[in-house]
Amino acid sequence: MDFGFRLSPSSTVDLDKVDLSLYDRLAELDPGVRTCIGCGSCSATCTASAYSGMSVRKVLLGLQRGRMQEVEKMLSNCMLCGKCTMVCPRGINTRRLILNVCRLYANEEGDV
Amino acid sequence: MIYQGKQKIWSDYQKEIPDNHWFYVRSCIRQSFFPGSEKYFLKICRDMLGRDIYETEHHTTCGGIAYHCDTIPQETAMTIVARQFALMTEAGYENLVTSCITSFGNYTEILETWREFPELEARIRENLWKACKREFKTPKYVAHASDLVYKLRNEIAARAKYRLVNKETGEPLRIVEHIGCHYSKMFPHKGVGGAEYPCVLSGMVDAWGGEVIDYPERRHCCGFGFRQYLVKANRGYSVSNTHKKFESMEPYHPDAIITNCPGCPFFLDRWQYVIAEMEGKTYGKDGHGIPALTYEELAGLVLGVDPWDLGLQIHQVGPEPLLDKIGIAYDPAHKYDGLDEKALKKPGLPNVLKCC
Amino acid sequence: MDYIAVVGGGIAGMEAAAQLKALGLEPVLIERSEALGGHVASWHCLFPDLTPADKLIKDLESRLEGVDIQLGAEVSTLNPLRKGYSVVLSNGKVYPCRAIVLATGFTLFPAQRKEEYGYGIYDHVITNRDLEGWFGGNGDSRVPESPKAVGFVHCVGSRDIKAGNAQCSKVCCITAIKQAIEMKERFPGAEIYCFYMDLRLFGKKYEDFYIRAQRDCGIHFIRGRVSEVAETIDGRVQVKAEDTLSGKPIKVRLDLLVLMAGIVCNPDSEQFSKAVSMPLDDDGFFRSRNNIGDITRSDRPGVFLAGACTGAKTVPETLAEARSAALNVYQYLKGQK
Repeated sequence: MDFGFRLSPSSTVDLDKVDLSLYDRLAELDPGVRTCIGCGSCSATCTASAYSGMSVRKVLLGLQRGRMQEVEKMLSNCMLCGKCTMVCPRGINTRRLILNVCRLYANEEGDV
Repeated sequence: MIYQGKQKIWSDYQKEIPDNHWFYVRSCIRQSFFPGSEKYFLKICRDMLGRDIYETEHHTTCGGIAYHCDTIPQETAMTIVARQFALMTEAGYENLVTSCITSFGNYTEILETWREFPELEARIRENLWKACKREFKTPKYVAHASDLVYKLRNEIAARAKYRLVNKETGEPLRIVEHIGCHYSKMFPHKGVGGAEYPCVLSGMVDAWGGEVIDYPERRHCCGFGFRQYLVKANRGYSVSNTHKKFESMEPYHPDAIITNCPGCPFFLDRWQYVIAEMEGKTYGKDGHGIPALTYEELAGLVLGVDPWDLGLQIHQVGPEPLLDKIGIAYDPAHKYDGLDEKALKKPGLPNVLKCC
Repeated sequence: MDYIAVVGGGIAGMEAAAQLKALGLEPVLIERSEALGGHVASWHCLFPDLTPADKLIKDLESRLEGVDIQLGAEVSTLNPLRKGYSVVLSNGKVYPCRAIVLATGFTLFPAQRKEEYGYGIYDHVITNRDLEGWFGGNGDSRVPESPKAVGFVHCVGSRDIKAGNAQCSKVCCITAIKQAIEMKERFPGAEIYCFYMDLRLFGKKYEDFYIRAQRDCGIHFIRGRVSEVAETIDGRVQVKAEDTLSGKPIKVRLDLLVLMAGIVCNPDSEQFSKAVSMPLDDDGFFRSRNNIGDITRSDRPGVFLAGACTGAKTVPETLAEARSAALNVYQYLKGQK
């Protein structure tokens, strides 16, 4: 029956249901990714950020919250310029991180 | 769950509730939502338990709905409330008992505001005098009607014809209690048991033989809101909140829900039909829903009042499975008889939700 | 003989008494409970090096030789004398004292006052102190045998004006990290979550400890304050917060929730402040003469302050203040001669 309204989808992230396997594999390749403090300097300096919403901070957070589609979309906008690596105070190799994520995504789809 | 921990909190939030002589103010909507509830509150308190409860036909809305819908400023709501106080004063009463949770919240909020800002009270007195030449004393005690039934719960239990026990198994019925947000979330000390673990309804369930269910979304709002439901485009998130509560209580297999707000039992009842139609999902046994009752209805049932006199036929979710569990006698043939045996029209039955 | 009253037998009082003795003075160490060591004695090990707490207590005790220690005794009255105070104890003893060192410490915020977290109500909600007790070998039925998920709630009763304490308790962030690491080491398969508002890791080696928790232990740090805790049908704990970095509500079910109860003023401080006519600070702690250069002296001549009785302190800060207070006493008495 159409009531003219519907159940609203919940934006709550249920951590029990989030699949962390991709993030965990990423952290195995480089444990440094776990040390992100969410400062946002990577996004602030990002060439693509202002025009496309790309943010390494959000990529890392998205991987930990099961928001894979958003992560994939963001990453497709990265220009791999490496500026984010230069500013990261934790010394996270963000450029390698991005390439690793892409590699893991590719593996997932079976076309290495 | 550590019951003693809750008891400790309850002892911190004990509210003084005078035993007798109350000025009763009705709710705007309860008489059409639950036509038997206010009537049986008065019958139980007056006729069965011998209390003096006074009401007057001059009482109006407290302005709470309009205030919460942003259609009147608080000062207007205050002047309306001041007039109710004047009616109480003129009738010679000092204790105000409200049927509606939002009224209770509204009265409490206004009295607290006046306590902080006496100059505002003075201005409202002036407004009232200008508007209708009335004067008032503020009430000595403000209670919600469920506070009073909580206070009388053991007297009700002593006269009870039924207990909230499954007559087949002898097990206590599993009851979800749902407290209206405006009861104590604004002023935890004004509610029996506070705001996080209120015991106003759970105390009744305990006293009448049932078992209270504490489920993860117990404190969650039913989702009614005011504008949220009244504007059709917003109803999606109103029903979503109710849905969230049902999903959370479902694994506990509740036999009934007891509420103390005008809006909550209406939405906890009617949305079960809407959710059933939208999602094909029902929360009771075998396609039935979970009956959502007011505390007066539940009190009436344990006291042996005929379910149809209590107005349970007006509920969307059929009360019959609950009545059968307790062993309450009812005559299906008279379900849709109104007062003076005037026939109410029999409603059509929904597609998904099974309603006897 | 003229004594120096040291009120409180926690680490501040112990260190102050030891220093006073070493300076040739005659301290009397007054402790209400039956043992020395205060809060630290109930702790298992200390951040950031995981030093056993009992080792520190033993070291401090070993330096108290010859000090008059009054255990199980409270200060009943403080009567001003021409020089100093007459200190009357609950055990009937009276000490004429030239000076007083208040080392009365703090109280751990009573976590049950944050009703929404359900301490004392839900089966698997404990405090930082309970967890230390469990680390120290006290059995605790609230700690499950092999938890799969454990949460830590920072700032319980800290930075919380409604709970009556606007201040940061300073040590809870690093304590949560320490305890999270210890839990991960005991239960390597468990997911550990820390719910924080800000991470305040100001001390030496603290940031290293944090990085270790992140990188080596994979502890999840979620920036968001827990709003509500509930019990699930299987007796676990459901926690709601906002993941403020993504702006989304978040929920998770846990086998154990640890509340990082904060440091609040000792309820006795009011009684002492009245007895020596010394106003309290607006946070309820004792007020130092000066919060930068003169933290261990009060406004009253002959009354000195050491440790957490003036506000939240770490162990090394407390010990340093105790030494400073002892030196203050020494110089004060020298000036009087």
